[in-house]
Parts: sequence; structure tokens; C-alpha cells
Amino acid sequence: MADSLVAPGHADWRLFLAKARANRSFQAGAAITLVVIAVAALSLFWTPWDVTKFNVPDRLQGPSWAHWFGTDHFGRDILSMVMEGSRNSIAVALVAVGIGMGIGVPLGCWAAAKRGLADEVLMRTSDVIFAFPALLSAVMITAVFGPGAINAIIAIGIFNIPVFARVARGAALSLWPREFILAARASGKHAGRITIEHILPNIANLLLVQGTIQFSLGILAEAGLSYVGLGAQPPATSWGRMLSEAQTMMAIAPQMAIAPGVAIIVTVLGLNLLGDGLRDIFDPRLRRER
Amino acid sequence: MLKRSLLAATALMAVVASANAQRADLVLGMVLEPPHLDPTEGAAAAIDEVVYANLFEGLTRIGENGAVLPALAENWVVSDDGLTYTFELREGATFHDGSALDAGDVVFSLDRARAETSTNAQKTLFEAISAVEAMDETTVKVTLSKPSGDFLYNMGWGDAVIVAPETAATNKENPVGTGPFKFQTWAKGSAVTLVRNDAYWGEKPALEKVEFRFISDPAAATASLLARDVQAFPNLPAPESIPQFSADPSFKVVIGSTEGETILSINNKKPPFDNVLVRRAMAHAIDRQAIIDGAMFGLGTPIGTHFAPHHPAYVELVETYLYDPAKAKALLAEAGIPDGFTATIKLPPPSYARRGGEVIAAQLREVGINLEIIPVEWPVWLDQVFKAKDFDLTIVSHTEPNDISIYGRDDYYFQYDSAPFKAVMTELGSTVNEDARYALFRKAQEIITEDAVNVYLFQLAKNGVWDAKLEGLWENSPVQANDVTKVRWVE
Amino acid sequence: MLTYTLSRLLIVAATLVVASMVVFAVLELVPGDPARLMLGMNATEDAILALRTQMGLDQPVLTRYLDWAGGLLVGDFGRSYTYSVPVIDLVAERVVVSLPLALMALALSTAIALPVGIFSAAGHGRTADTVTMGASQLGVAIPNFWFALLLVYVFAVTLRWVPAGGFPGWQAGLWPALKALILPAIALALPQAAILARVTRSALIETLSEDYIRTARAKGLTAQKVLWTHALRNAMIPVLTILGLQFAFLLAGTIIIENVFTLPGLGRLVFQAINQRDLIVVESVVVLLVATVILVNFLVDLAYAWADPRLRTR
Repeated sequence: MADSLVAPGHADWRLFLAKARANRSFQAGAAITLVVIAVAALSLFWTPWDVTKFNVPDRLQGPSWAHWFGTDHFGRDILSMVMEGSRNSIAVALVAVGIGMGIGVPLGCWAAAKRGLADEVLMRTSDVIFAFPALLSAVMITAVFGPGAINAIIAIGIFNIPVFARVARGAALSLWPREFILAARASGKHAGRITIEHILPNIANLLLVQGTIQFSLGILAEAGLSYVGLGAQPPATSWGRMLSEAQTMMAIAPQMAIAPGVAIIVTVLGLNLLGDGLRDIFDPRLRRER
Repeated sequence: MLKRSLLAATALMAVVASANAQRADLVLGMVLEPPHLDPTEGAAAAIDEVVYANLFEGLTRIGENGAVLPALAENWVVSDDGLTYTFELREGATFHDGSALDAGDVVFSLDRARAETSTNAQKTLFEAISAVEAMDETTVKVTLSKPSGDFLYNMGWGDAVIVAPETAATNKENPVGTGPFKFQTWAKGSAVTLVRNDAYWGEKPALEKVEFRFISDPAAATASLLARDVQAFPNLPAPESIPQFSADPSFKVVIGSTEGETILSINNKKPPFDNVLVRRAMAHAIDRQAIIDGAMFGLGTPIGTHFAPHHPAYVELVETYLYDPAKAKALLAEAGIPDGFTATIKLPPPSYARRGGEVIAAQLREVGINLEIIPVEWPVWLDQVFKAKDFDLTIVSHTEPNDISIYGRDDYYFQYDSAPFKAVMTELGSTVNEDARYALFRKAQEIITEDAVNVYLFQLAKNGVWDAKLEGLWENSPVQANDVTKVRWVE
Repeated sequence: MLTYTLSRLLIVAATLVVASMVVFAVLELVPGDPARLMLGMNATEDAILALRTQMGLDQPVLTRYLDWAGGLLVGDFGRSYTYSVPVIDLVAERVVVSLPLALMALALSTAIALPVGIFSAAGHGRTADTVTMGASQLGVAIPNFWFALLLVYVFAVTLRWVPAGGFPGWQAGLWPALKALILPAIALALPQAAILARVTRSALIETLSEDYIRTARAKGLTAQKVLWTHALRNAMIPVLTILGLQFAFLLAGTIIIENVFTLPGLGRLVFQAINQRDLIVVESVVVLLVATVILVNFLVDLAYAWADPRLRTR
């Protein structure tokens, strides 16, 4: 599978665009993701209402012209909260993916280049990490460091490391016996240089696809952690946090749960479509089938 | 003899008949599961909420209105110097394993609680005792080292119940008491079931079986009541759902009071909070009603001092520091910090603290005090805030009854140190006359409010919701208990 | 094969030792004193000390680790600080909730996913395929606890068909107990089913394009017959792998769903134990869960190696 994903040379942008034009999954995913990111960026400068101001007498209102999605238990505008919360949800997931890639990819490439003991140790370590129930481990980590967005990032990031290490290792391993790598080795290039010059550019596509998937999983993981009270802390908010607040008021103010829930679904859906689209575009075999 | 057993049989049949006619089981919801069921070895309120008055009994007990009532001690005589209490025990009281209650059990229980190796969570209750002796099978003499106005009240705490030496070690898992209900099963993580003790010495309860079901999630608690899986939630953890139940005539909603003074605790030794002007500024910056509305959905009584509003000695001091942000800013300027400052607030898990803390942070921000919110679990709170005093501000509900004396304790976590207050407490310790005691309580309240030791927010309400056909549940909670001995179903 | 098995077994043992050390070390760092928590705010210092001695917390770290790890080797999981009963009893009480729940969710997700996946693959590229795969995209994107909240709101609060939460215990009868597990099982199964349906579909499509399937078609077998006899069997390998992973996830990864429905399962036991600083319970249960996952992986590896000798030299 990995073998067919990679081809010598760099991505051809024109080819990519041509394929993207034909790929509806990619278009929908990219559009949704761009909108979500744009809204998050907008919330840096403007939200319809100030979410730091509490207005208790106006609490738990249903949707109206003033408050499209209603108000929460402190009388804050839910639409503004969803916009504000998007930043934390996205930031936590994105940085966790960054940690996973930043540490996992070099480790995986290193193991693939070295083979032998280094490889074995890396694989066995990742086995240990995978064997730990992820959410429980996150709970233990936050028990040590205390709850908060940073610690949620660490908890999610740690579990991203072996994922990227394995993907990078698998793809790199399949590249090493290829002719163009052998040629590079014959010309006396150092393994590290080969990795940077030849391996990485060729597994970048695969990493991008995996990154998109992990990003969407990160959004869900952040929501789960915040839901049990371990993620973002007030005055900051996130979609998961909003859901945990909404939970107790489900019967009297379901609007509090609807908006952040839909925000999570739309974002994850967008990222998954984007990931699928990218995979289809990068994977010649799947295209052959169509 | 024959006549007697016939009578007993008729009585039994009558009970059975009425049981057939009426429902005799109850599922009662509680937020927290007790860690174990021995009230003499743990502070968890959940233990008492299952076993107090139902399964275990002490010499005395606290009734629904907070009064001291006789329990296993039918009566008692106090010596004139207030140092000797002679208790006469009930005839016919037996433990659930069939053994009779005697004076030896009382001596054992009290000695065990005050022993050096005791792990009783309220060891201070027994501090005054210097000796416990069995005079005969049913008479116990307790000698105190100094007169104590609270002694009979103290003996009514769940931590002072009478246990048998044979079963004391196994009470955590298989509690054996003298109460009207006995232990049946405990499905860990889910429920404890008690059944009626037909050999009970006193009036037998109407219910045959009571299941205490543990539901910590507010939404699930609400849903379980609505679905009738649980028929009573003496303290529903979801104040937001109260209006919904009030509107439904098949439920009874009873908002009672508790002993829980909910306060914004201040580290009085840590600058800038060592300055009384700063503490007063914070008191003026806080809008209690907004906190009660925002965090407790309007349920809770504003308080101005550390005392329960339903207590006869309560002084209304709410107006000492009314919500006035301008005055707060002026006081901060007077204290030399007109631009405000930054501090942390550590919040334990209950929603009064977590939600209340959010509102308080927003209110203090308006006068230039920026709070960093740090949520903590109870073990961390106890370690960092309570023991190490490593905190600026925190929110906590002090649920022990009549606990203003904590302000006189050396090295207590909010680090208040006032000679006049301590003098009042010393005087109180040796005063037995009720009027004199009340006068001292009032003085104590005025001192701590004047010093703005903490910001007094509100008295925690007891949000009772139960099936309208249930009778006999407590409306208030002078002690943390769910006394179901008088509960019955009515049509 | 024997050397392979032995070397793998050695790795399993080493992994478990490392895991036990990691768990123990991490929990040593957790702030908070279980004895102080038990005795609360009014406790005297000497009562707390007495309780710490009773719990064995006055012993040095290394002694406690060796005591605990040594106990694990002979099947003794220690005693819970908070409940003061053997940890194994607590686990046994919770497994009878978690295991049936995991199995129900798994059965449900398989029952939904396989037909959908097969149907989709059979009609690959047609509208029905697009619609079902779109729906599965949605299923993957829905957070299961959010879905659980909606289920509670609709079926427990509004319609009152099933209890909103809690577990009556198996002694209350088979039906009441199963009824309490239906909504949680559905909430857990939906996202799993979506993933499984996608895996089934793509595995089938992949197998259908293999040469031997083309050969079978060329030999004159109908498309239906090829699908049901040849392709399905071969496509089952990745599907079974995912199922195995999902089962491990379901057994322990259900803390959130157990919270929503207040089910006394394993995940919730550990979650509560962490908050109560009942460290011995956390340590033992986590090691037990890790051991389960590692052993399942080991057996799967062994099965693969047995089926495909080339893998043994990996």
C-alpha cells in the first residue's frame, strides 16, 4: 500500500490541481476546513458579543435575532462562545499533531534507516504506548500536572508520537530498497542526508494524509477530555467544555449542547473528507479503480 | 406466653397487610458513593448519608430541626459541675447480628474513637472525655476533663455511633449497627440496599427496603427522577432542573437549608490580602445575588458572616459589604494598589465552586483584580490549600454545623489570627448557659465580618426533589443524613 | 516457530514490567494524600498518621513497588485504600458490566457495519454507495458522548422507554440489566460501526480487484457468488483486526460513556480511583488492562505468524 503511494521526485502541483478539481470529497473537505479556520481567525478580532461579560439575568434564552443560538447559564451568547471555543479546540488538536509529527517522524525515519536494535526498541516502545488505554492515560497525566489546555495537548500529543513514528517508519522502510535510494547510497550520501533529501519528500504526502486524520481525531479527543473536565479551563472555553457545561442543562436548554456538538461534527467531517480526498489524489491505485 | 406470641403474630399480619396495601420500597438518589460504610473511620459525608439514624445509632442523635434527641441512651444525668454524664441505655436494643447492646459496647466505641491509633475523622469530638466507665449492664458514666456545652451534641454525630467490638473491624464492608434498618447488599459503583430490621427496639419504619443509588452526573440524576427510576433525591445536584420539577405536580420540591456556609476563602497572611482594605474591597466587588443566580440558579441564601441563617444566634450582616464596584476601587486605591493586581483562585470540584469561581473572576476583573482559575481535585485541594496554605483564594462550603470556631484555630488554612476573636472562643468553651453562648456567637460573627476575613457568599441550599406521594423526608439538613426511618408512601 | 514464540513472550514480559514501572512512577508524582482525603478537613494529624500506617503509605517507595509488583506475580492485586477490599473483587464486580457492554456494542456495530459495508462495496460507485459512505462519514464525526446525551434526552427523558442511567445489577434479572445497557451500547456502537463499515467496504473493493477474483469471474462465476464466497472471506482479515482493536478500546475506553450513563464499569472505577487517590486500584487495573491488550496483540501476532511463515523473520 505504502509502496504505491510514493514516486520519485516532487509533487507536481499542476497534476495535483487537476486531480483536486475532479475530487468532490477534497473540495467539500477543504471548503469546510477553510470556513472553520476562518471563523476561528475571525474570533481573534471580533465576536458578536463579548464572552468575558456575564449577563446572568439573560441566561438560558432560546435562539433569537440577538442571540442566534441562544444564551448559556451565565447569559453569554452561544454563537460567540462557539466561535471563541473553536480556537482552543483547533489549537489543541493542531499542536498535538505537531508534537506527534515533530517527534514521531524523525524517530520513525531514524528507525527505518538504522534498522536492528534501534528499530526494535522504537517498535516495542510504541507497542507499550499503544497498549495503554488512551483516555485513562490522559486522565493520569492531568492528575499529575493538573487540568488545562497545555496538558491536554501533551496528553493527546504523546499518543500521536507512535502513530507518526509507525507511519513514517513503514513508508521509509519500503523506500530504502528502491533504486533511486540505492543510487544515492552508492554515491556515498550519508543516511541522514538521504532521509532528508529523498525519503521525507516522498513520504510527505502520506504524512499529510495521516496528519489530517490525526487532526480530526485530536478535535474529538479534546472534546472528550474537556467533557470530563480535563481540557480547557475558564475563562477560556472549547467545544468540549461547552458540551460538559451543557450536559447538566440538557433538559431545560438543549440549545447549549446543539451548537458546540454540531461545530465538532462539521469540523471533524470536513477534516475527514479532506483527508480522504487527499488520499485519493495521492494514491494512484485508488484512482485506477475509479 | 401463648397470648403474647398470638398478639405478635396479629401485629405482624397487620404490618404485612398494610405493606401489601402500600408501597414499601424506595430508591433514593445520592450524588457520591461512600468509600465504605463505617462512619467512625472516614469523613466522607456519603457514609452518614446512608447509615446515619438508619443503620447506626449513637447515644444521642440530631433530629430534623437540629435538636439533640435521645437515641441509644434513653436518658442521662449531668452532674452539677458539668463534668460527669451518666447515660442509661435502652432496654432491648440489639445489634443486627443478634447480640445485645450493653455498656461494654459504649465503652469500647468511645475508647476506640479517642485512642492514640484512632483513625476517627472527628477525633476532636472526643477531646474533652477523660474516662468512660460501665457502671452496670445498661449504665455508662462519661467523665470530662472540662465542662463542654457541646458534649451531648457531639455524641450525636455519625462519627460517635456505637459499634460492637466483634464487628468493628468489618463494619466498612458489612456494617452491623443497632438501627431500624440493616445492611443487605452493596453493588459497588451503583447502590447500597438496606432492609427493615424487624428486631428494632423502637418504632419500626414503614419502608421495608431502601436502595441508596449513587448518581453523580447532574443530567443523569435529573433524568433518573423524571424516569421514576429514583423516587427521591434529597439533594439534587442539578439546581438548573428545579423549575422543571416545581412545575410538575407529581413531584414535591423542597428547598431546605444546610449547614454549608459557602465562602470565598482568602489567604489572610499573603500580600496583598494581609491588608484588610483589600479584603473589604473584594467584599464590595462581589455581587452575591449574581453568583447565586449564575452558579446555583437562584437557590441559596446570601450570608454576611460565617453562620447559618436559620440558627437563632445568626446576625444579619449582608449589608456590611454591599455590591459597590466604585467603593471597591476606592478601597483598593486607599490600600495603594489603584490598578489592581493578579492572583490565583483554586477551585475544588463542586459546581458551587467551579461555576461560582467563574462568576467571581468576572466580577473581580471589573475592579482590576485578575484571577487565574486553577481547578483542583479534592486530594490536591486538601494538600495544597488546606495543609500547605499554598493559595491566594479558594471557594469552599464549610458544612460542619456551628463551625465558627475554626476562625480561632491556630494555623487554620485561611490564616486568620485575631486575639479578640480567640478570647471570645475561650470564653465560649467554658460557657454552658445558652443565652450567654448566643451572645458570644453574635460577637464572634461581628468580629470576622468587620475584619472581612473571607468573603461570605451564601448558605448552600438543600434541593430536595421527591415523589409527591412520599412523606417523612427531611426538609433541612442539620447534619448530613438521609433519615428514612419516618418515610412512607401515601395515596 | 518455537523460538519466535519464546522471543515474543519475552518481549511481552518485558513490556509488562516496563508498563508496571511507568504506571507506578507516574502515580507517585500525583499530588494528594489518600489518608487525608479519607479523613477530611477536621481530622487531627495523628489520626492521619495512624491511617497512613494502616494503609502502608509510611513505607519507602521501592518497598511499596516491590510489594505490589511481587503481589501481581502471584495474582494478588492488593487492597483498595478507599474501599478496603481486595482490588480483584472490585474488578470482578465491574467486569460483569464492562464486558457485556463491550460485547453488546461490538455485536451491534458488526451487525450494522458488515451489511452496510458489503452492500456499499457491491454497489461501488453508485448512488447507494455514496449515500451510505456519506452517512458513515457523519457517524465517524459524531462524538459518542454527544450522541449519548441525545439518546438519553429522547429515549429516557422524553419517551421513558429505558432508564436514563445506572445499572440495576444482574441479580435484578436479565431484562432490566440488559435494558440499562442498550443506550450505552448504541452510543458506543455507532461511531465504531461507521469505521467498521468503511473498512469492510474498502477491504472488499480491494479484494474484488485482486487477480484471483478476476480469474473466478472469468471462469463464469456470478458476481454475487464471487462476492459471497471468495472475496468476503479474504476481506475479513483487516475487518477482524479492526474488530480486535475495537474490543480492546471498548473494554477500557468507555469512561466517558460510563460517566454519561453512570454505569459502574471498569473505566469509571479507574477514573474515580484516580480522583480518590486510590492509587493501588489505578495501578493494578491499568496494568491489568495493558496486559490484556498486549496479550491480545501477542495472540494475533502468533496467529498471523502461524498463517504466514514470512512474518516470523520480521
